[in-house]
Amino acid sequence: MLNYVLRRVAIAIPTILLLVVISFVLMYSAPGGPFNSERPLPAQVMANIEARYGLDQPYWKQMFDYVWNVVVHFDFGPSFQYRDRTVNDVIAQGFPVTLTYGFWSFVVALVVGVSLGVAAAVRHNSWLDYLAVGISIGAQVLPNFVMAPILVLVFTLWLGWLPGGGWQGGQVEYIILPVIALSTSYMASIARITRSSMLEVLNAGFIRTARAKGLPTSRIIWKHALKPTMLPVLSYLGPAFVGMITGSVIIDVFFSTGGIGQFFVNSAFNRDYSVIMGITILVGVLTVTFNLVVDLLYAWIDPKIRY
Amino acid sequence: MALLDIEDLRVTFTTGDGEVNAVNGVSFSVEEGETLAIVGESGSGKSQTAFAAMGLLARNGRATGQIRYDGRNLLDLKPRELNRVRSEEIGMIFQDPMTSLNPYMRISEQMAEVLTLHKGLSKKQAIDEAVQMLDAVKIPDARNRIGMFPHEFSGGMRQRIMIAMALLCRPRLLIADEPTTALDVTVQAQIMELMAEIRQEFGTAIILITHDLGIVADTCERTLVMYGGQIMEKGPTEELFERPTHPYTLGLLRAVPRIDRDDETLSTIAGEPPDMTRLPKGCPFTPRCAWAHGPCPTVRPDLAAANGYPALRRACHAPVEEVK
Repeated sequence: MLNYVLRRVAIAIPTILLLVVISFVLMYSAPGGPFNSERPLPAQVMANIEARYGLDQPYWKQMFDYVWNVVVHFDFGPSFQYRDRTVNDVIAQGFPVTLTYGFWSFVVALVVGVSLGVAAAVRHNSWLDYLAVGISIGAQVLPNFVMAPILVLVFTLWLGWLPGGGWQGGQVEYIILPVIALSTSYMASIARITRSSMLEVLNAGFIRTARAKGLPTSRIIWKHALKPTMLPVLSYLGPAFVGMITGSVIIDVFFSTGGIGQFFVNSAFNRDYSVIMGITILVGVLTVTFNLVVDLLYAWIDPKIRY
Repeated sequence: MALLDIEDLRVTFTTGDGEVNAVNGVSFSVEEGETLAIVGESGSGKSQTAFAAMGLLARNGRATGQIRYDGRNLLDLKPRELNRVRSEEIGMIFQDPMTSLNPYMRISEQMAEVLTLHKGLSKKQAIDEAVQMLDAVKIPDARNRIGMFPHEFSGGMRQRIMIAMALLCRPRLLIADEPTTALDVTVQAQIMELMAEIRQEFGTAIILITHDLGIVADTCERTLVMYGGQIMEKGPTEELFERPTHPYTLGLLRAVPRIDRDDETLSTIAGEPPDMTRLPKGCPFTPRCAWAHGPCPTVRPDLAAANGYPALRRACHAPVEEVK
């Protein structure tokens, strides 16, 4: 087990390095640079600035220095856009915000999605099943950039219950709408996967055995059927978690929550190389980590999987 | 009074192709401590009869009639009451031991939950009892192996575990639904031997559902032959095999390969099993029967005694002297 984890971490290192190289190449092959603007700077000024940020060095050296700083000093460099701020500052400011509503979105999507899916499967072909399927299809076809304005319209403008944006250090009322907007479509997918998986599991021989043993339905569902039901859900959860934590551009833009999604988009527009790299690496590391976590959870659920 | 008394049991399934009549008016009883075989080909309704008794029909299935156990009709019980009958009164084992144990739970957990739930034992007591029962079904080194997962056991061992699990509450009746079909031949014999021992030791009555006539001949006192969801013939196994009085039983027995005869080819029963969505009004075996005549397609024969064979009951219009 420990061996397996170490091996996976060892594989993760070249994966991340490859990610760095590809991002670097793509980033530099796009036309323009961080200091290009409509009114060109005098050549000497430009040269000074580029020297200051090391942009006058050959690409391979820039990349090597960057990786060296990241690995050795855990320093992602200065932002090219925000003066006096480093990428570490930007991430330190934005990531906790994203992590907070991302985490709650994940919890809501998981709990509501699994409950809905289980209820639908257990009451297969009943009104509850149709309702659950209806809800999940509805939620699936509403992308978050549609959900967000609808939520604001209803809960902020009409009912006046919740603020329509802002963060305020993560007070509860500021978190609710972003979490609903972000979790809905994930919740729908989780509900659908759970339902079909549970329906299949409930037809298995060992469920019939459990019934023949005289176990109450609740115990059959939660103790016997849920674990195998979660296997396909789990493979969806890893990428979904990363998606919730990072794919929150819409949320940041719409609710002005100030998470890394917003910084990521701005940095791409502004050729803020170091911020792009910093967030890309962050997402890369998260993805690799959660894939590993999912694989370990597989082994925990299915005793036939041994690493 | 019989332990289990089934009267006019009918099982129907609602499917996209219409109503499937899996069991059509089956009546029989099981006495305390006896072994009864139900034989028939796939789709004859033998398994569904057992599932109906245990309340294990698929969601689209419906059972009517009487299944009396200890004076109560099992079909009328509330889920809670039925759960007490399951395991405590009637245990059941299934065809495929590979899939009938939960692959995601340890054997200890799967066995212990039966006892903690039905007998209120503590987890530790439950595991002790489970180990004893595994010893009784001859799982070697049960104390240490009970913590393992199903995939760590062979097919035969898993079926032994299933049997042990079904017997934990000492039920008075064990229903075995094709318990040896998925096992290889040497293991089959061991499992049947084990079942015979269990009957000796615990006095459990057994309903053995199978299509393997060889197994039936060795272990069961009475046999019931089913076809098209109906009982074709029933009686003491020895007599039934010695002198089958029903054309279907005759056909079944002739289709068994025998080492003591020098037959070049095995005989088969010509034709195909009936379409259970459109059962004939009369005897379901009519289209495949060499003795079919006048009333067969339209009048369903009663299960009645045959002249000269007092212990047998047969459902056939053809005179018993002619069927041979």
